[in-house]
Amino acid sequence: MSTLGLALINRIRQLLQAVCVFVILVPFTLAALSPLQSGREIEYVAGALAGVLALSLLFIQPLLAAGLLSDISLARARWWHRRVGVALVVAVAVHIAGLFLASPADMSDALLLVAPTPFSLYGVVALWALVLTVLSALVRYRRGTRVSLWNALHTTLTLVVVGASIVHAWMIEGTMNGLSKTVLCILVVLASLGTLVYLKSVTAVSTRG
Amino acid sequence: MSLAALAAGKSGLFSPAYADEALQPTKSMRGGSNNYSPGAPLVDNLGKGFLVHGSVLRAGSGEPLANVRIQIWAATARGGEREPSNHGSVLTAADGSFKLEMSQIVPNFGQPHAHLAYDDAEFETVFLRPVMGSAEDTSVQAHFILASA
Repeated sequence: MSTLGLALINRIRQLLQAVCVFVILVPFTLAALSPLQSGREIEYVAGALAGVLALSLLFIQPLLAAGLLSDISLARARWWHRRVGVALVVAVAVHIAGLFLASPADMSDALLLVAPTPFSLYGVVALWALVLTVLSALVRYRRGTRVSLWNALHTTLTLVVVGASIVHAWMIEGTMNGLSKTVLCILVVLASLGTLVYLKSVTAVSTRG
Repeated sequence: MSLAALAAGKSGLFSPAYADEALQPTKSMRGGSNNYSPGAPLVDNLGKGFLVHGSVLRAGSGEPLANVRIQIWAATARGGEREPSNHGSVLTAADGSFKLEMSQIVPNFGQPHAHLAYDDAEFETVFLRPVMGSAEDTSVQAHFILASA
């Protein structure tokens, strides 16, 4: 890659790093300060905030996978991508467990697809897509998977996670500050789609011979 | 079964059919019974600023039902739906109407909504979960049409 291209990529990486810090801190803090937390038990607060954090992590994940956040090696970046993947699973687990403890009836309705709220279905879809993502990653780790199959599978599953999560978050009237939710959702979409476009273009360049 | 009921064309061994479509017994709503705590105390109010109101009629005849206990609960700034001070009952007036003033209902589990229940001996139990049009609304209503137990 040319010096100019490298300099540009590094500028972009620095910018994205700054955006990451913003994305992690701002929605979470605003949600924690929401008046809708008033009087709520700790399980409900933890469950809600874990959900916000999970959404924020969805911004970081694709950027890590594509090496767009730092000039460390792609292998190293993907090591981080797997770690953040674990953090995402933990955040989703706390989101579900916290809300379940706050109201077992409401959460079990959602998990059993009988909740009266429309956004619950999207949450469950995102959950199962995430579970499949983890399982397929474990299978790949233990048995290996053809690269082309892995790419197709992982891309599809993670796009479902991202899409369903955004719809889920968008429809909920809750502790997330409205503006922070709008901005975060847009950033998450841009990160996912931008990464896909970037990876396709990089592959195209490298296979041009 | 009374003569009047027979004349109205009641049929069915287990669930009576009601001649008038509009006065079919209200069905319980999904999630209506979530966080129900039986025996909410009769209260004058559960705070100020928000009105939960509605009516209770008899299925079939549409006759207003007086002195019927309606239990009400919802999330407020004092706490979620399990906060005891968010649970209370009222009795219907002679014209079948009821109203309860309470603190502003806030969104809970993603939606601003209230829970109302009839759960006593005389009529079939019904749980309602009306959703507010907006979290800024200062009232919500629900109407019961009750079938004899």
